[in-house]
Amino acid sequence: MEKSVVFNNKLLPCLLLVPQLIITFVFFYWPASQAVWQSFLREDAFGLTSEFVGLENYQSLFVQPEYYASMLTTLIFSSLVAVLSLSIALLFATQADKNLKAASVYKTFMIWPYAVAPAVAGVLWFFMFHPSLGTLARPLRWMNFDWNPLLNGNHAMILVVMAAVWKQISYNFLFFLAGLQSIPKSVIEAGAIDGAGPMRRFWTIIFPLLSPTTFFLLVVNIVYVFFDTFGIIDAVTGGGPAGTTTTMVYKVYADGRLGGDLGGSAAQSVVLMVIVIALTAIQFRYVERKVQY
Amino acid sequence: MALRQFSAAAAVTVALALATPAYAVTEIQWWHAMTGGNNDVVNKLAEDFNASQTEYKVVPSFKGSYADTMNAGIAAFRAGNAPHIMQVFEVGTATMMSATGAIKPVYQLMKDAGEPFDPKAYLPTITGYYSTSKGDMLSFPFNSSSMVMWINKDELKKAGIAVIPKTWPEVFDAAKKLKAAGHATCGFSNAWATWAHIEQFSAWHNVAIGSKANGLDGFDTELKFNSPLHVKHLQNLIDLQKDKTYDYGGRANAGEARFGSGECAIFLTSSGYYGTAKGTAKFDFTSAPMPYYPDVAGAPQNSIIGGASLWVMGGKKPEEYKGVAKFFAFLSDTDRQVKLHQESGYLPITKAAYEKTKASGFYEKNPALETPLKELTNKEPTENSRGLRFGNMVQMRDVWAEEMEAALAGKKTAKEALDAAVARGNAMLRTFEKTAK
Repeated sequence: MEKSVVFNNKLLPCLLLVPQLIITFVFFYWPASQAVWQSFLREDAFGLTSEFVGLENYQSLFVQPEYYASMLTTLIFSSLVAVLSLSIALLFATQADKNLKAASVYKTFMIWPYAVAPAVAGVLWFFMFHPSLGTLARPLRWMNFDWNPLLNGNHAMILVVMAAVWKQISYNFLFFLAGLQSIPKSVIEAGAIDGAGPMRRFWTIIFPLLSPTTFFLLVVNIVYVFFDTFGIIDAVTGGGPAGTTTTMVYKVYADGRLGGDLGGSAAQSVVLMVIVIALTAIQFRYVERKVQY
Repeated sequence: MALRQFSAAAAVTVALALATPAYAVTEIQWWHAMTGGNNDVVNKLAEDFNASQTEYKVVPSFKGSYADTMNAGIAAFRAGNAPHIMQVFEVGTATMMSATGAIKPVYQLMKDAGEPFDPKAYLPTITGYYSTSKGDMLSFPFNSSSMVMWINKDELKKAGIAVIPKTWPEVFDAAKKLKAAGHATCGFSNAWATWAHIEQFSAWHNVAIGSKANGLDGFDTELKFNSPLHVKHLQNLIDLQKDKTYDYGGRANAGEARFGSGECAIFLTSSGYYGTAKGTAKFDFTSAPMPYYPDVAGAPQNSIIGGASLWVMGGKKPEEYKGVAKFFAFLSDTDRQVKLHQESGYLPITKAAYEKTKASGFYEKNPALETPLKELTNKEPTENSRGLRFGNMVQMRDVWAEEMEAALAGKKTAKEALDAAVARGNAMLRTFEKTAK
C-alpha cells in the first residue's frame, strides 16, 4: 500500500501563503510601484501640482556627470565595505570560536555596535576623525600627516568606509560565529589527524562549509551598502567633499528629502532598484553555484 | 486607605474640570527647530501667551533640524494634518512662497483677524526677505541673524595685530601673522561656506547672486555669481588654503568649535553663534563686520539675514487663524522683543525693540550683539542686497559647496568651479520654475 504524503486540499496552501503575499505586496510591491509611477511625474514639494512628464526625469538624470560619478563612488564604496566587513568579521568569528576564557564577554562587545543607530555611528566617527577636533586625528597630525577629510576626497571615503564597516561587522560576526559553531568538530579533528595545519584546515574544510553563510552575508551586505548607509554618510561627510562620498542612495536622499525633487529622486531610486535586482540575480545565478549546502 | 486617596484625587479632578471654562480652548500647533536655550525661549513664549488669555493655547513641538522641521511640515501637509505655524529657515523661503494654497500669507492673516499690524514697524532688511516685491509680508520674522566676523582679541594681540582687520587684504595679512605666531593650522576660517563667500559676499559688495533681484522678482532667475570679483575672491581662498592661512572647516556650522577652542582666531559665522561663544570661549572675543574688498565701489553695502521665520499653513479654521494672529501680535510687543533679543542673541525684529535696547545702553556692554544690526542697516538695501529667493535652495547650497570644495582641494580653478556651480544651480532653478507655476 502506498502512503501518500500529498495533501489534496487546494485551498489550504493558498491560505497559508496569503499572509506572506499580503506583507510582500504592502511593503514591497505597493511602494515600489509608487516609486515607478512617481518617477514619471514632476511634482512640487507640497504635492499641489503634479504633471506627467514621461521619461524626462530619467533623461535629466543621465546627462548629469555627477550621477555617473555617484555610480562609480557606489561601486568603490560597496566593494570596500562588503569585502572589509566580511573578512574582518570572519577573522573575529574564528577567534571567538576558539576556547577563550571570556568568550561570552568578547561576543557581547562584538555585537554591541549593531545596536547603534547609523546616524549616531556616523557622528561618532566624525568626531573622532575631525581634522581639528578629533581625538584620533590629532596623533595623525603629530606624525605630520595632513589628515583632512573635509577637503581630501580619499580621506573622506576612508572615513565613511570605516564607519560603515564598523557598523556591519557585528551582524556578519554573529552569522559567521553561528556558522562556525555548527561545523562538526569531528571533521576538523579528522583533518588534524591527517596532518593538515590550521591554515589548510581553514581553507579546505571550514571555509567551504561556511560558504552558505558567506553567500547569504554577501547578498545582505550588498543590500546594506546600497540602501542603508545614507545615515552614516549624511552624518560623517554629507556627501562631500565635492561629492566624493555621494553614493547613489545618498543622492536619492539628498535630492528627494533635502531637495524636494521627488520625481528625480524617484527616478534614481528606480534605477537603484533595477541595479540591486540585477546584482542579486547575478549573485544567485553565478556565485551560488560555488556554494555547497 | 488607597481607595480613599483615589476618590479624593478623583474629586479634585472633577472640581478642576468644572472650574475650567465651559467653551473649548482652540489649540494652535507650532512646529519649530530650536534647540538648547532657544528651545526654552520658545516654550516660555508659548507659556506666557497661554497665560495671557483663555481662548487659545499654543502648543510648541520640536521637530529636529531646520531641514527636518520643514520636511516634517511638508509631509504633514501632504497627509492633511499640517501644523498651524511652521518655523522655516531662510533658504526654504522660496519653496514656501511658491506653495500658494499651502500657506496663509501673514499680511492676509492679520487683516482677516483685524489685529493691529504695521509692516513698517519691522526692520526692513528682515521683512524684505519675507515679503513679495509689492511689500506684502508672507511670513512672520521670528529668529533672524546675519553673518559676522568673530575675533579672538587675545590671540590678535599676541600676534601683534593692533587693529581688527576691516578689509579682505587686511584679513589675509592678519591671518599670515597669526599663522607665524603659532596658529599653524588655521589663520582664518568660516562656517556656512556658501553663505559667507557667495551669498553674504555678494550682498556686502553689492553684486548680484542672480538676476531678477536675486530671485525676489520672479522665479525665472539666472545665477550670476561667477563674476570676476567672485572668481578673484575664491582664487584668493584657494591660494591661502595651500598653506592653511585659510582653512576650510566643513559644511554647515560644524567648524564653529574651531573658534571656541582657540584654533582659529578669525572666524566668519552667524551672529547667532554669540550664545555658544559666550559659553565656551576662554578668551576675550568680539564680533566685527564682515570684511570687504576696498577697490569695489560702494562696498560694504549691507548684509542679508539668516535664521528663520514663521509660516502659517493654509486650510485651517477662521477661529484658529484668529489665535495665530493674536499670537503674532503678542510676539511683536516691544518689551517682549527686547527680552527675546537680549536673551537669545537673535536680532530684534521691530525697530522699536532695537531703539529701546540701544537707548538702554545694552550695546555698550555687549557690542558683539550690535554688529549684525549695523551690517544689516549699513546702507539702504539695493536689488543685490535685499535678500535672495531661489527655489531648491537647500539642495542648491550643497551643489555650490561641492564646487567650492573641489576648487579648494585644487581639483578645479576658481573660474571652473564657479561656472559649474552657476550652471548646475541654473538647472535646478529651471526644474523649480516648472513646478512653481
